[in-house]
Parts: sequence; C-alpha cells; structure tokens
Amino acid sequence: MKKALALMLIAFIVVSGAFAGGSKEDSGKTEIYFLNFKPEIADVYTDIVKPAFESAYPQYTLKVVTAASNQYQSTLRSELSKSAPPTIFQVNGPVGIAENVNTVAPLQDTDFYNLLADKGMALSLDGNVVAVPYAVEGYGIIYNDAIMRKYFALPDKAVDISSAEEITSFETLKAVVEDMTAHLDELGIRGVFASTSFMPGSEWRWTTHLVNPVLQAEFGDLATAQSAKTFEFKYSKNFQNIFDLYLNNSITPKGMIGSKADADSMAEFALGQVAMVQNGNWAAAQILGTQGNVVADEDIKFLPIYMDLEGEETKGINVGTENYLAFNKNASAEALEGADTFLTWLYSSPEGKEIVTNDLMFITPFSSFSSDEVPNDPLARQVNIWMNKDGVTSIPWVFNGIPSEQWKADFAQAMLEYINGNYTWDQVTATAQDAWAREAELTGR
Amino acid sequence: MEKALRKYFPLFALPALICFSLAFLIPMVWGFVLSFCEFATITDATFVGFQNYVRAFTVDNYFTQAFWFTLGFTIVTVISINILAFALALALTRNIPGTNAFRTIFFMPNLIGGIVLGWIWQVVLNGVLAGFEKTLLSDASYGFWGLVILMNWQNIGYMMVIYIAAIQNVPTDMLEAAAIDGANGRTTLFKIIIPSVMPSITICLFLTLTNGFKLYDQNLALTNGAPNHQTEMLALNIFNTFYSRVGFEGVGQAKAVIFTILVAAIALLQLVATRRKEVEN
Repeated sequence: MKKALALMLIAFIVVSGAFAGGSKEDSGKTEIYFLNFKPEIADVYTDIVKPAFESAYPQYTLKVVTAASNQYQSTLRSELSKSAPPTIFQVNGPVGIAENVNTVAPLQDTDFYNLLADKGMALSLDGNVVAVPYAVEGYGIIYNDAIMRKYFALPDKAVDISSAEEITSFETLKAVVEDMTAHLDELGIRGVFASTSFMPGSEWRWTTHLVNPVLQAEFGDLATAQSAKTFEFKYSKNFQNIFDLYLNNSITPKGMIGSKADADSMAEFALGQVAMVQNGNWAAAQILGTQGNVVADEDIKFLPIYMDLEGEETKGINVGTENYLAFNKNASAEALEGADTFLTWLYSSPEGKEIVTNDLMFITPFSSFSSDEVPNDPLARQVNIWMNKDGVTSIPWVFNGIPSEQWKADFAQAMLEYINGNYTWDQVTATAQDAWAREAELTGR
Repeated sequence: MEKALRKYFPLFALPALICFSLAFLIPMVWGFVLSFCEFATITDATFVGFQNYVRAFTVDNYFTQAFWFTLGFTIVTVISINILAFALALALTRNIPGTNAFRTIFFMPNLIGGIVLGWIWQVVLNGVLAGFEKTLLSDASYGFWGLVILMNWQNIGYMMVIYIAAIQNVPTDMLEAAAIDGANGRTTLFKIIIPSVMPSITICLFLTLTNGFKLYDQNLALTNGAPNHQTEMLALNIFNTFYSRVGFEGVGQAKAVIFTILVAAIALLQLVATRRKEVEN
C-alpha cells in the first residue's frame, strides 16, 4: 500500500513536471500578439502603446515581441510554428508575402485597410488584399549643411554654384565632392563621405538602397521588377560612378571598410567628421542620439542619390516602404477582430495618432493623418519637403522585387571583392546578373 | 536490492527518458523526415523525395567549399590545440611556483561564450590589421588564421586541464623505474607519459575534432563567411541556406543531415583509431 502510494506520487510529480507551463489561466481577455520588426522603437510599444490601448479596450491584452536586428525572418518562422502564433506580423514586400502564402489573412474588409489613402499601395495575393503598409520612408544622401556652407564660402572652390541645393546632377556632385576632398583641412572634416560600411550585416545600404535607382531605371516599377527573370544591370556603370565616389572620398580607406558598421557611419556624421552619408529618415534617431552630436537639426538635409542616370535632375529622393502589416489567418476570429481594432485605434484615434507621430515617429500612408501630423525630426520633415517639391518626382522603392536574400548576399560579397581588388567591376556586374537569373528561377518566377 | 532495482528501473529512468526524447530524439527524427520535405513552418510539410539533397550540391558550390574550409580548419586546430595544451600541461605539472594561478588563467577563456569571443577577437584582430590598412575581410586567409587563433585561445585551457589530470595520474613507480634505468626526459615522455595518457588523448582529440567541425558562433561573429563565402564553415552554411531563399528550408535540413552523418563518421573513425593505441595501466 505504502509502495503503491509512493509510486503514484512519483508518477504524479513526473507528469505534472512534464506538463507544467502547459496550462494557462483563462482571464476572459483576448490576446493580440504583435511581432514587431523595428528594434529601435521596441520600448515605445511596450511602455506607451500597450498601456494606452489596454486602458482604451480593456477586453484585450496586447503582447508585443520584438525580433532582434536582422533576425525578423527567422524569429517569425519559429513563432509561427508555435501553438500561440503572432496575430499581426510584418512582411517586407512581395517576397515576404511569397514566404507566408499559407499564413496571410484577407484584409479587404477590415477598418484598418480602409484607412489607407492610396489603396494601390497594399499588397495582394490571389485577389485578396493581404498586407497594408504603415510607414513611408525616404532615403538619399544626408548632408551637413553647415559644412557645405563652409565649403561654398571658400575663395578657391572649383565650382560656380553656391549652395548644396544647386547640386542636381552627378557631374556637379562629383566636382563638389572631389574639390571638398582637396580642402579637408579647411573644412575641418576627415572625409566627405562616411564609411562605406561592409562589416557583416551592414551591407544593406548598398545592396538594396543604392541599387534602387538602377533597378527603377531598368524595370520602371515594382511589379515589373518582382516578376523579372533576368536583370541586365544596364546601368552598372552608373552604379559604379557613385560607389567609387563614396569609396574614394571616404573617411575610411578602402582596406578598412570591412570593420565598419552602419552605426559607425552615422556616428561619424553626427560627430561632424564627415559631410555626407547615405541613409534614410529612420537614421534621425541615430544622429540625434549620438553622444557629442554636433550637427544642428536645421543643418540635416537630404540630397538625391545622383549617378548620372538620364533625367535625374528631375528625380528626388527614394520614397517608399518595406513595412507592411499582415494578419495571421490561423489566429482565432476574436484575435483577428482585436488586431483590426488595435491598428484602427492606433492609426485613427487622436490618442493613437499622437503616439504614432511623436513616439513611433512614422510618416504614415493613412488618410486619417493630416499633412501637418508628421513627426518632428529633421529627416522626416525633409522627406515631406522632397515629396512635395515642384518639378521633382520621388523614386519609388523597387528593391523589394529583388528575388531573394541570397542575391543581396552575393552582390554584397562581389562588391567587397571589388573593393579588396580581387574583382574587376565587370565581374561584379556578371555576379549580379548571374545571381539574379539563378535566384529568379529558384524562387519560381 | 538487485531485484528492487530491476523493478523500479523503468520508473527512475522515465524522467530522463522523457526529457531525452522531447529534446533530442523527436527533433532528430522529425528533422530527418523534414529533410525530404518542402516546408515553411515545421507543421505544414509536403514530401518531395531526394530533391533537397540534390539541390544541396547543385544550386551552388558553397557547401562543398565550406566542407574543404572546415576540414582544413579542423586539421590545423586539432594539431595545434593538442600540442599546445599538452605542452602547457607538462609545464604546469612541474613544481613551478604559481602553477595554480597559471592553470586558472589558461582555463578562463573557456568560460566566455562563442559570440562574445568572436566579437572580442574581431576587434583585436581588426585593430592589429588596421596598421596595414586591412581588415579580417580583406583576404580569406586572415579569416582562416583569425579563427585558428580564436579557437586555440578558447580551447587550449580546457584540453590542458584534461591533460594535467592524466599526467598527474601517471604512476610514480613507473617514472622512478624509468629514471633508475637511465631514461632521459625525451624517452620518459614518449615511452612512459604519452602511452599512459592515451585515454585522455582520445578524449581531447574527439573534443577538438567535433568542436572544429561544429564551430558556428565564433565563425558568425568573426567574419560571417566573408569575403565571398570563403570563410564560411559547414554549420554557418547550413544556417544561411535555411534562411536565404523562400522554399530552401528543406535544403538546409538536408545539409544538416549530411553534416550529422559526416561528423559522426569521422568522430567514430578517430575513436576506433586512437582506442587501439590505449594501454592498460
């Protein structure tokens, strides 16, 4: 008897131990699980958005998890196969949709989708709207106008123009940059451009953003790019123009760029060591947050990326998005309804909109925002100025049509080999072409 | 007693067995099954036969390239780590003052995690190479030797501890007898000490061999395979394959199965080969 009792007791402990954590208290609330993509604003979600939403809608609990930088895809995949998968997740464009065809839910009947000003910006799959963009971003060459003014005041400058705003072609840009390199000491800088960062994981400014104008010139729009079986790299020479300009007038010698991360480049700009850096409005926080930042808000401005493409004097900065939200169709109906409620609240209620503008700092594509409800950081304001500039059209983001991550990796490595002196530019071009053809086939184009 | 043990054996083995199957057996079997499937999440898989195994070698040659790189790396590190660790163990079993302090210092690198070590060494090596206006990514050989240095620094202390324990256990009567018979240091080392510590050599060779093949975090943090996949090792290649393209999860899985079989085969061969050299004390 005693033995049997002991036996049962042990069995009980073992079983309860094995299943501990499996049971959960049912509080009667519906959980909305949002898997956040942007680590730089993770705290805003947990500290501001979550309490505000939960007090406005007490029947819901909001769970926000943020994936580590550059780890979103892998985090999303492992989270999706769990028993409590995310309700709302982010996709980076058509390629992201293709990765999640079995997960994305139709959104055309949601209030959230109806907020979208230009319905054409949403992504569709088999006639259903499945992803809605939530933030528009712009990038170009960020410059420090104080240094530029100093340059244009030089008595022996080699150009006739007298302000950075007058730069509207690659030719002028090149003349200015090279002359600035000749006057580094007078300008008090150590290089015109910040480091061309090539530390592993920091190549994205070149493999996606810098190649975008070239992709746009060749394919025209995203739809063409995302179905393209081959990439001719017709404007390879133009890409090389600007890439060489970055490399040859940089604060960092070519041999050293492998040790520079994109954060280093932003720090160099913030510390006034360089005059220009290629990046987007999301980098405002990085510049303003650098300790010892010497750049005044009003001196942070955008210049389009000129590379001698035809008609580029009428082109502005690159404006678009790779931030789309999708719903998980495997989530419960209540959770999906909650997700719609949450996002509609965030992007249309006065309280939510204030958080979006001031704390999340998004320029949104929603009709619920008026034109003066934009974030107050200098680069967001610049994006707005460039989007509304007369005689200039923004370059749309076409790089979302790049067939796979592997293409970006191969292209980045070819560029690195070019910098190391092991590849000619023709080999870089060939790598980009071959890799595109291979990846397009492998991904079923 | 014996009878009671036999009776309750299943009960006492049960918790460990449950853990073992949950954390090891089931994932391994499932992973093997998945290598024949196309899948995005592990719950919706469709069977595709050997396609993944074919693709592992036909799409690009990075996997075979990674194999040769890993093999070269493993050979170099197995030799260097074991020789240096053994030499240190010999030195630190003499009666030198401060032996214990030295043992602790040499062992310490082992307590730091791989990613952290990778970053530390990346900064150190880039700092040294900066004097020549180069970085670890300038040339694949820098990455290779950087990894070798890192691996030695991390593993020598651990292997040294194993060797020290073995050397201290060499029977003193044998050493005394050898000394009386007039054996010099060299003869004592090769005829007495090394044969006596053969079991430890087996263990250390096994550990360094498998560590070399399985290296991942240090590789990720130090070079991440750059330049041009030339410093990419097998484990990193498998990880990259899994996430690099839509629909390539299965290919990564297939590579992982090949990798497991390969490492197991090499490790077994090594065990058989060195076991034969072991002598009874």
